[in-house]
Amino acid sequence: MNQDTEALPPLNITPELIQQHGLSEEEYQQILKHLGREPNLTELGVFSVMWSEHCSYKSSRVHLKRFPTEGPQVVQGPGENAGAVDIGDGLAAVFKMESHNHPSFIEPFQGAATGVGGILRDIFTMGARPIALLNSLRFGELDSTQNQHLLKGVVSGISWYGNCIGVPTIGGEITFNDIYSKNPLVNVFCLGIVKKDRLLRGLAKGEGNQVLYIGAKTGRDGIHGATMASDSFDDASEKKRPNVQVGDPFLEKLLLEACLEFLEQDLLVGIQDMGAAGLTSSSCEMASRSGTGIELDVAKVPRREPNMTPYEILLSESQERMLLVAQPGKEDAVLAVCRKWGIDAAAVGKVTDDGLLRIRDGSQIVAEIPADAIAEGAPRYERPSAPPQYQELLQALNLDTLPDVKDATDALLQLLNSPTIASKRWVYRQYDYMVGTNTVVCPGSDAAVVRLKGTGKALAMTTDGNSRYCLLNPYMGGGLAVAEAARNLVCSGAEPLAVTDCLNFGNPERPDIMWQFIMAVEGIADACRAFDVPVVSGNVSLYNETNGLSIYPSPIIGMVGLIEREDDITTQWFKQSGDHILLIGETREDIGGTEYLKIIHSREQGMPPYLDVDLEQAVQRCVLILIQKGWVESAHDCSEGGLLVTLAECCFTHPSTTFGATITLNQERLRLDALLFGESPSRIVISVKEDNLQHVTQFIQDLGTKVPMSVLGQVTDRDRMAVTVQRAHEKQVQQLSWSVEDLANRWQNSLVQQLDAAQTS
Amino acid sequence: MNIGIIVFPGSNCDRDCAHVVSEVMGHSAHLIWHQEPAIQDMDAVILPGGFSYGDYLRTGSIARFSPIMEAVFEFVNRGGLVLGICNGFQILLEAGLLPGAMLRNKALSFICEDTYIRIENAETPFTNSCEAGQVIKLPIAHAEGNYYTDPVTLSALQANAQVVFRYCDQDGNATTISNPNGSLDDIAGIRNAKGNVLGLMPHPERCAEAILSNQDGHSIFKSMVSSLMGKSPLSV
Repeated sequence: MNQDTEALPPLNITPELIQQHGLSEEEYQQILKHLGREPNLTELGVFSVMWSEHCSYKSSRVHLKRFPTEGPQVVQGPGENAGAVDIGDGLAAVFKMESHNHPSFIEPFQGAATGVGGILRDIFTMGARPIALLNSLRFGELDSTQNQHLLKGVVSGISWYGNCIGVPTIGGEITFNDIYSKNPLVNVFCLGIVKKDRLLRGLAKGEGNQVLYIGAKTGRDGIHGATMASDSFDDASEKKRPNVQVGDPFLEKLLLEACLEFLEQDLLVGIQDMGAAGLTSSSCEMASRSGTGIELDVAKVPRREPNMTPYEILLSESQERMLLVAQPGKEDAVLAVCRKWGIDAAAVGKVTDDGLLRIRDGSQIVAEIPADAIAEGAPRYERPSAPPQYQELLQALNLDTLPDVKDATDALLQLLNSPTIASKRWVYRQYDYMVGTNTVVCPGSDAAVVRLKGTGKALAMTTDGNSRYCLLNPYMGGGLAVAEAARNLVCSGAEPLAVTDCLNFGNPERPDIMWQFIMAVEGIADACRAFDVPVVSGNVSLYNETNGLSIYPSPIIGMVGLIEREDDITTQWFKQSGDHILLIGETREDIGGTEYLKIIHSREQGMPPYLDVDLEQAVQRCVLILIQKGWVESAHDCSEGGLLVTLAECCFTHPSTTFGATITLNQERLRLDALLFGESPSRIVISVKEDNLQHVTQFIQDLGTKVPMSVLGQVTDRDRMAVTVQRAHEKQVQQLSWSVEDLANRWQNSLVQQLDAAQTS
Repeated sequence: MNIGIIVFPGSNCDRDCAHVVSEVMGHSAHLIWHQEPAIQDMDAVILPGGFSYGDYLRTGSIARFSPIMEAVFEFVNRGGLVLGICNGFQILLEAGLLPGAMLRNKALSFICEDTYIRIENAETPFTNSCEAGQVIKLPIAHAEGNYYTDPVTLSALQANAQVVFRYCDQDGNATTISNPNGSLDDIAGIRNAKGNVLGLMPHPERCAEAILSNQDGHSIFKSMVSSLMGKSPLSV
């Protein structure tokens, strides 16, 4: 080490200090090995954040290798700020999903807002203009004021940030379960568009090239945010509020426009967002990816507080900051763009060829670490895993002792009332989902769809995950999430292209949690392979645990699909009376893990529905072709709540009217509850015009027996959803009937009513 | 036709307006950066929606002091057509080019949804292709669209047919439920006394194409273009 460093006071690295930095004794020994000496406090801080679970993926990395990541459509796979896929016309879609769970529990408004800010930066650092945001949220049930406070805070934080920056929030999903009361999940997805050959990457190449810092000044906010996100919560977690950063969407808007101007003028070698672990992580990752080193002078970093130490400057997680490497000779042009947009910019260092992250404070060197050691050299663990002892108990559901549904009429109303199924209009009404004038399918259908101006094409996107399925069988749950996401895209007329994921789990140091993680990853990987949708980006969030209680395993799948012709865009709601209603796929006895079982029987138990990958693919392929042939008026995936909920939604989700339906179901040997409310996957309800019915049935017959199909009934213009259940052997007929208006009211008002009730109680 | 669209820091409907002007209407859209000192050869100017200056202090209150606003004043004085949409309307209010002010929505939250709007005055350069009493569907997306002014100004607005748009229901009736934000007298948009400046909270540029399932906003742009026919562009 350089002589200058000896001026620093010697530091006594105690076991307590190591522990405070979230490092194990073993990890400390590795640090000694990498450095060949004792670290100083600044260096210890750098290792602490970079080797945190949040930044290093040390528990998950070995398992993530199972994901398929390649395919002809992949332009950029995992390892960059975001993934990218080819969508034709010389364009690439850049997308990623990320979690902001821990901060959102401590400070819901800012936690969620900065989650949006972070994912947006990941997209525009790739040179892409963000055109869509989605989010997947998990909260505890709304009968608690605390859960209500979290929901309201998170929604207003997302609304504030996304609306202000002018990127539409066009979809997502929310489910409620008390397991999330002290660990809500906030997963945010963003997609942007860039010319394929102009994709920017987080590179620091070219010895001597200037490293520029742009954006917000550095403050003391968020120091050790990444370390916080790598630990479980207890009752004292409130005290961690200062670790949560504060966002400024206006500044980010300026940063966004400036970055796109850099791209337009071709000024950069590389660019990286300062997200978790701030300046440290952005510089290490850029250098490590490029096989170079970076020298930074913290004295040149714009600061908003006096007397900040190098330790604080390096670890600050102040928002809306970027690190970039300018092409030689173009530094002034970069600064001119920054001036135009009123953004602070400073040359803070240069690219070196020695592979070191060297930090100066003026003339003094305050840290010197091999960049690779911090980024790629992070520890990797193959943590012990074992299925939990309670797993068999969870899966045991004896249907013989479970009475069949007595009052199916009321059961449907109760299911529509469940906040997990009910309309989320209260939420998305607070999001600007139209800005950009690309949103052709607004929130409220299976997938959100944005058109690509000037191409005649459109992109569909969705986020899906059923954590109860994952709890009961993490392998199956992972696969089902991929299948449902793909099914949602197909229902909107899209061919699935690729996946981003957010893997939310509990404490990986517990073998049962690690088992859930490994199984879910395998399930996702196998399904992605089967459906040929590579994983191009993603994020892992572990330690979602409070006072020893972990969340349900909650992998969320974000999937993007391409709609080749705008004419193929399809929505879930019925279009006109007289159309025939068809079920593609078949209903089996899938009661385990359903919303029905939870709402009506208060049980979260059993084996989740079985995913037959071949059947799923055949159903999806069939429906996509039918859509492309122009024979499908509406397509809606059957998921939570089963067939009746799906049919009801087809009747009343049209933006400006409602329809009725007359349905006949053949019960055969199924239990009534399985027939009406079971959640067998691989099912899609479509409606077709009278003129096309023959084409459709003929087409499916010609496919052979691979794709089960049944004609269920017809769309009507009456305020009535009438269902006749025929029992094949008993010649008995059961009539069920609802006013569509009643169904719609229950579904539309549930969320608002529950929020109001909790407020007044 | 040349239509100038002012880009303030934080404007985010600027490119949406440009898209409608150029791709839908077939005219030339010019994005004008807020630090430009002049408006050159424009037939009309649009102040687009968004969050100029992040809505800091008050909506529109900082943008009102941007250098381009001097040219906008002059453009208005010389009879040029100026359309302010959403944040653009808020800026026109702050600039005093239109009377009144915006309060937060009565529900205190941001609202994005379709609303029905009744055309109260079809004689303006912005509504001449509509009919008086006609109901159109336009989306709103704002947190501060609760229009307010003093009783004297309100009477003057009413007397001079300056209230151009009112929120209503599908059948054209203005009710408490049809008013989404608490706006005084159900006002969704007003014009100045001279008639060449219009501000409205709903977004016509978001519903001017068939693919967006609603083309009602098209009539506003169509009206502007037809009223500009035969007039020469202005430079200020």
